[in-house]
Amino acid sequence: MSHLPYVVAAWLLLVGLYGVVTSRNLVHAIICLSVAQSSTYILLLSVGFERGGTAPIFLDVPVGTKAVDPVVGALALTDIVVGATVSALLLALAVQAYKHHGSLDPERLGREQD
Amino acid sequence: MTPTLRRRVFLVAAVAAGALLLWGLTGLPDYGVYAGPYGDVLNQVAVAERKAANVVAAVTFDYRGIDTMGEEFILFAAVIGVAILLRAQRGETEQPPDEDAADRHAPATSNAVRVVGLALVGPVVLFGIYVVTHGHLSPGGGFQGGVVLATAALLVYLSGEYVTLRRVSPEVVGDLAESTGAAGYVGVGLLGVAAGATFLANVLPLGEPGALLSAGTIPVLNLAVGLEVAGGFVLLLSEFLEQTLVIRRPGEVT
Amino acid sequence: MAALPVALPVLVAAILVGLAPVCPRRAADAATLATAAVVTLLCLALLVRSLDEPVVYWFGGWTPRDGIALGVAFAVDPVGAALATLAGVLATAALTFSWRIFEAVRTLHHGLMLVFLAGIVGFCLSGDLFSMFVFYELFSVAAYALAGYRTTDPGSVRGALNFAITNSVGAILLLGGIALLYGRTGALNLAQLGQSLATGPADRLVVVAFLLLMVGFFVKAAVVPFHFWLADAYALAPTVVGVLFAGVVSELGLYAVARVYWTVFSSPLAETDGLRGVMLLGAVTTALVGGVMCLLQHHLARMLAYATVSHVGLTLAGFALLGPAGAGGAVLYLVADGMIKGSLFISVGIIDHHLHDVDERRLAGRGRHLPWLAALMVAGALGLAGMPPFGTFLGKALMEEAAVETGLPWLIGLFVVVAALTSAALLRATGRVFCGLGPRGGAGTAATRSPDEAAARHPHVHATQVVPAVGLLAGAVAVGLAPGLADEVQDAAGRFTDRPAYAAAVLRGAGDLARAGAHPPLHLGGPALLATLSALLGLGLALAALLPERLPPRLRGGVARAWGPVAATLRGLHNGSIGDSVTWLVVGMSTFGGLLVLVVR
Repeated sequence: MSHLPYVVAAWLLLVGLYGVVTSRNLVHAIICLSVAQSSTYILLLSVGFERGGTAPIFLDVPVGTKAVDPVVGALALTDIVVGATVSALLLALAVQAYKHHGSLDPERLGREQD
Repeated sequence: MTPTLRRRVFLVAAVAAGALLLWGLTGLPDYGVYAGPYGDVLNQVAVAERKAANVVAAVTFDYRGIDTMGEEFILFAAVIGVAILLRAQRGETEQPPDEDAADRHAPATSNAVRVVGLALVGPVVLFGIYVVTHGHLSPGGGFQGGVVLATAALLVYLSGEYVTLRRVSPEVVGDLAESTGAAGYVGVGLLGVAAGATFLANVLPLGEPGALLSAGTIPVLNLAVGLEVAGGFVLLLSEFLEQTLVIRRPGEVT
Repeated sequence: MAALPVALPVLVAAILVGLAPVCPRRAADAATLATAAVVTLLCLALLVRSLDEPVVYWFGGWTPRDGIALGVAFAVDPVGAALATLAGVLATAALTFSWRIFEAVRTLHHGLMLVFLAGIVGFCLSGDLFSMFVFYELFSVAAYALAGYRTTDPGSVRGALNFAITNSVGAILLLGGIALLYGRTGALNLAQLGQSLATGPADRLVVVAFLLLMVGFFVKAAVVPFHFWLADAYALAPTVVGVLFAGVVSELGLYAVARVYWTVFSSPLAETDGLRGVMLLGAVTTALVGGVMCLLQHHLARMLAYATVSHVGLTLAGFALLGPAGAGGAVLYLVADGMIKGSLFISVGIIDHHLHDVDERRLAGRGRHLPWLAALMVAGALGLAGMPPFGTFLGKALMEEAAVETGLPWLIGLFVVVAALTSAALLRATGRVFCGLGPRGGAGTAATRSPDEAAARHPHVHATQVVPAVGLLAGAVAVGLAPGLADEVQDAAGRFTDRPAYAAAVLRGAGDLARAGAHPPLHLGGPALLATLSALLGLGLALAALLPERLPPRLRGGVARAWGPVAATLRGLHNGSIGDSVTWLVVGMSTFGGLLVLVVR
């Protein structure tokens, strides 16, 4: 069970991708992409976890207390911002799709002929 | 591929991919055992060297400050992208939402929601400012605080007062705040160059850990990021809300 | 100073966007163009400096302690600097082209372009894996925003969504790989990662981490089967953006795989025949699928998209030889090919702007009054075929020689055939558009307009549109003719593939690198013959497509019977569906993963 968080991360990725692939609604697909993205947050934060460690903020505790890895915290922060902004952009595209087609179904979005 | 075929192909591929991933993931050290040197070294030296109590903030804005600059501009680019995509297209007209119209688009809010929402705006803004400015001392920082600040705008919408908010031109304000924050971050970075050190070097006085004015450029960068994130998200919110409430295609009734 | 090529464009972008409501259009145009030009010069300066020793720049002054990197570094070597310079050159050319073309929300657009450029430059110069990821996402997000910009067209919304979603999945996989490596080594700096992995075995984690990073970057590079998003993205992007897409973005994916392999993985995952085989499988598939799809296209931008895919396959073949000779040829080919494709994209942009269409069938014969444009496109097609004096010729010569040395002479056949396919498509399009040749051209639709009327109806082509196209072609020729370049490239490739030297330079500042002796001179006679063969084959294919009535009927029937099902299958696969693209991505990941496991065990 010591690798459970990693298994959760792999599951989230695959389930999210399944949602993207089989989706019939663009907003649903975009949210599934966010789910897939959250697998990376879990993976990053699990990799840096130290059992029994406190937060790496040394205001009330002295330096040298066992603390978790601060670097993965910074990486996850970057990751979350990136994920949120890409979702925003995708949702704007979904709004455009609805305006032009009256539908959010990815199957119904046509393509200019080759 | 037909949807059924696609699902089947995907499931087969996903099972194989999943097996591979799990096989690789078992090569990681056990959960709860952190072996690598990077975090441990930083936990030891960051407070002493940068006088910042929050080591995550020190990593984000000092040790790996260039990554944060990149991240900030990712937000910047995405917000501009949304703005470009959602600005009124040809053939659409803008029709100001009429607060008192019986069949208006935005949902009518009850008085309870209105009161609580508006009452919360002040405390939320204050809390956001607190989170932004204390990023180097406690959990939080520019990104988190900026989002909290943007939530204040969302509360105004939820309280049904979006028309009032529009008078403050949230798009222009958001645009300006975002650009100032982004340019400010780069400016602080160039300050390091001007002082003869490298880009994003921490060249302001460091003070003592735990004080509000400590850790050199870290609180300044927090402010820049907070401004940018707040501005960016307000801009995003206003663009999406314009779509719902204001922009009409020809022939559409309010 | 190494940080400026990234800091300057983002600063200007922020200022431009902030001042957007009040900034006069010409001022914004001039500022953007000037910034792009300055970035190009800065990268060129870095390139020159890095020829002697790598330029290592630690942000914030955080130099490594005891081999542990605390901060983030730019580790600039000639290969990275060359790609960054290429991006700058292409951006400057593209912005010059768009000087006279009015589009709405222009200042915002310029801001995005500068951020796009900054992301690419940062990506090329970076020496830190997570930093590479951040810059990768930076130019990707700017690209999604720039590509989605013209979605007034219903079909293009799905293209933009496909682009963004597929590339985002690639980025997710990249992060997975980074997390795995960090979990094992506790490092993010490329050199430190390499040092850390060098002492360990190529166990399950290393293999899967490499797989994830490789697939993530292959999505950007549009290696088959991760390439289904590319044609739509090219078709809907405005020319300004398309020039950078065609010229440098896909190649960045390959650069990244090569860079990560040779700085992090080359010790545990040694340069074995098995690994070579896996990468070559990807290269050959990509090159052939791209080449055939290129011939099937009638939309000029999509044609260029598949030409990019097939040339990515060829470049990957060079890297897949897993040696300095192949890598050097690949880099040289990549730079010259990028400039040629940029020039072709600008030519397509000129056609679009003046004839208001980019479908070669509808354009048949309408380009008669632009013979110089036809000449430019023919020159570009010859460059794609790898004819001297273009730099692609020299790059291919190096790769072909490396292939023979590695014991894989059949790769030469691949190069000849694929180059012929892509140049054939372009020559066919040129013949149709500018000469009216082809089954539906000639005396048909185009003759209804007299030449004078045609010229009067279309706006004058400005110098600002022509000069960039010509300039880029000239650049590709300069790269091919520069004296001593082959030697410099081989030196640079030698350093690129030398992991311990890189690690020493980055972590300890040990700048003195053993310079390889003079390289044996290249025999160019053989490659020249091969290139001519490619060009002739391409011309032959183009003429066969344009003038099928001249072919003997049995040949025509046989070809049609063989070609029909292939074309139909490929067209059916490339249907632009988002779900399909992601499915193929996962299929590709499992396939490459399975193969990697087999060859590394």
